[in-house]
Amino acid sequence: MKMKTLALAAVLTAVGMPALAQDKVQFFPSLTGRTGPVAPNATPFANGYADYMKLVNIRGGINGVKTLVEECETAYATDRGVECYERLKGKHGGATVFQPLSTGITFALTEKVAADKIPLITSGYGRSDSADGGVFKWNFPLIGHYWVAGDTVLQHIAKKEGGWDKLRGKKIAVVYHDSPFGKELLPIIEERRKMHGFEVQLLPVPAPGVEQKAIWLQVRQQRPDFVVMQTWGVMTSTALKEAVATGYPREKMFGTWWSGAEPDLKDVGQAAKGYSAVMMQHGAEPDSAVVKEILAKVHGAGQGTGPKEEVGQVLYMRGVVGAMLAVEGARAAQERFGKGKPVTGEQARWGYENLNLSQARLDSLGFKGVLRPVSTSCFDHMGSAWARVHTWDGAKFTWASDWLQADEQIIKPMVRASAERYAAEKKLTRRAGTDCQS
Amino acid sequence: MFYRENGQFKTSYRSDSQIFAIAQDRVAIGVLIAFALIGVPLLADEYLFRAILIPFLILSLAAIGLNILVGYCGQISLGTGAFMAVGAYAAYNFLVRIDGMPMLAAILLGGVCATVVGVLFGIPSLRIKGLYLAVATLAAQFFVDWAFLRISWFTNNSPSGSVSVAGLSAFGIPIDTPVEKYLFCLVLVMVFALLAKNLVRSHIGREWMAIRDMDVAASVIGIRPVYAKLTAFAVSSFIVGVAGALWGFVHLGSWEPAAFSIDRSFQLLFMIIIGGLGSIMGSFFGAAFIVILPIVLNRALPALGDLIGVHIDTALVAHTEFMVFGALIVFFLIVEPHGLARLWSIAKEKLRLWPFPH
Repeated sequence: MKMKTLALAAVLTAVGMPALAQDKVQFFPSLTGRTGPVAPNATPFANGYADYMKLVNIRGGINGVKTLVEECETAYATDRGVECYERLKGKHGGATVFQPLSTGITFALTEKVAADKIPLITSGYGRSDSADGGVFKWNFPLIGHYWVAGDTVLQHIAKKEGGWDKLRGKKIAVVYHDSPFGKELLPIIEERRKMHGFEVQLLPVPAPGVEQKAIWLQVRQQRPDFVVMQTWGVMTSTALKEAVATGYPREKMFGTWWSGAEPDLKDVGQAAKGYSAVMMQHGAEPDSAVVKEILAKVHGAGQGTGPKEEVGQVLYMRGVVGAMLAVEGARAAQERFGKGKPVTGEQARWGYENLNLSQARLDSLGFKGVLRPVSTSCFDHMGSAWARVHTWDGAKFTWASDWLQADEQIIKPMVRASAERYAAEKKLTRRAGTDCQS
Repeated sequence: MFYRENGQFKTSYRSDSQIFAIAQDRVAIGVLIAFALIGVPLLADEYLFRAILIPFLILSLAAIGLNILVGYCGQISLGTGAFMAVGAYAAYNFLVRIDGMPMLAAILLGGVCATVVGVLFGIPSLRIKGLYLAVATLAAQFFVDWAFLRISWFTNNSPSGSVSVAGLSAFGIPIDTPVEKYLFCLVLVMVFALLAKNLVRSHIGREWMAIRDMDVAASVIGIRPVYAKLTAFAVSSFIVGVAGALWGFVHLGSWEPAAFSIDRSFQLLFMIIIGGLGSIMGSFFGAAFIVILPIVLNRALPALGDLIGVHIDTALVAHTEFMVFGALIVFFLIVEPHGLARLWSIAKEKLRLWPFPH
């Protein structure tokens, strides 16, 4: 009986215990997917995010303000993600920015962050139309979104074929995750289809995507000229295994940003040779300066979050880049609102909106060869639309293309139209120019 | 000592058929309702509202709906998630397609649509029973998932297939803040719980229970199985549909079919099994167990780790949460196979004799 009372008391204090008073810290919540259907892919991201934040502290913090990361496990489930958001948003002096790493959670949080005045960075996922800062004041799909990925992957295919006109009459199959994540890719494919007259075959895969036999039999039957994959987690490796089983050439398969990382390919190994995926700027960067610094200062000091081998891999780098963008936005905000003091989420938002990462600045941070300059503005919340394609050589990724830039002429009007539609549905008015300085 | 009905005489039919026959119960429930309506809004913080209380209330409502079907009428259903989805998407369509549609009306109409779909998928129950029926209702789950993913009309042609609602209000009162949302859900849950409780005590509830206990005998004494089973499906899916609409509108705000996946159906079935089949009270217990316990475990483990100076990483917390949660389910089902509601009534029995049990 006594034990029970004690245990109960312990649980109650633990649950009700307020956050310990700490020095001034900049709090970066981390919504992780270390378990569940995307665990192999989301884990390196969370590790990279945590490791870079540790590196920032070793480097002396953000003008002396230490960063603090607290994780909350979502297992890629939207309702748990919302719970995690509510749990973390007010902790440690208030959350700076959220990066949920899930399109479903992004959709659910988009309205909540506006009410709570916390920015949301969704690099390469979430709502593509949120690149329009005039409507989505708090969303930042920094360095790219699904439509950039879709456009660049088609550009790459067109280049390989020798021009857009060569695509006329060709058949492109799109294998996608049957959820908002997967469907977000489709508008850009449709737009390009109208322009260049290729055929599109849509092949949705129900989540979590371990059951794809029927789809790849369809691929075998219809023999599309190319397959574009918008897949994530266990779905990608399943797709590759099925492609191997049905004998579809891997050279004709192209993944988007979330479908081309080591955890997807290591089980397939040599058989996946020739498979390519488009990368928004960075890929696997084991030789970059920032990776060497993390290995030396974080892992070298026994502070590493995950296994040492994954440092520099694609998704680990994505976590590092995400953390860097989060920190640099806070730094930019500090420069405006007071150096050496933690910024609030609302102030950090200004920082993300006025991000100006020049090549020299990126190089000094250790991102030479990893990223190109990123600069955002009031109406452009994306900041960069560059991408590269890498190919799996059986053991690692090698670059297979030059830098590709998504066609702004096509994407900008699409983003704007979609954002307008959202604003009309939600009865929002577009931000006026005067709001930009706030 | 305090909890006994000595001296409380029932002198009219009315007093004999009260929901809470014992005066102490009435006082307790009155205090509880007053606390939920007044105390909780004053005491709870935003996190408690948004992450715990609102999901708990909405899923309790869904569990009440499912309990009518499974617990009272004995028809096993694995399509609860589907009926929730129908409620949510139908309510969404009523709201966006009809100008000036009040939100409450949209939610109730969502429930009506869920009723229609529920009755439709309930028709097989007239011929098949038990596990076979469970498989038939599973078809509802897959069909509805498919429909909301594929037929873009249902999602108002949203390119991503995700729909969202904003600017909620009822009777001109905006429902924006967590407290307002909580009160809105609470009022609806109270109304529906009262409705459900009275239904199961009425002649129709007795018909359901007769069908559950032995359908042949029930039909021999003059209960029409068609009517009894289909009304159970109708009432159940109406309540489940309203809960689904609330889940989408009030809790998530923006949702996709994955929010009402097969996992949700199983979750609700576990709620009523653990909470107590055939008990309105049990639905609340089950919802509390399934909604709140994992979150408490998830939050308590790192804190406990800190107390003894061990850092428990996020993945381990998630895994431990699953294991402890699973172990507790097994434990409760062994200790009391009839669910937490049965434990509750045993506790009340004992309390009547306390402190002189002999």
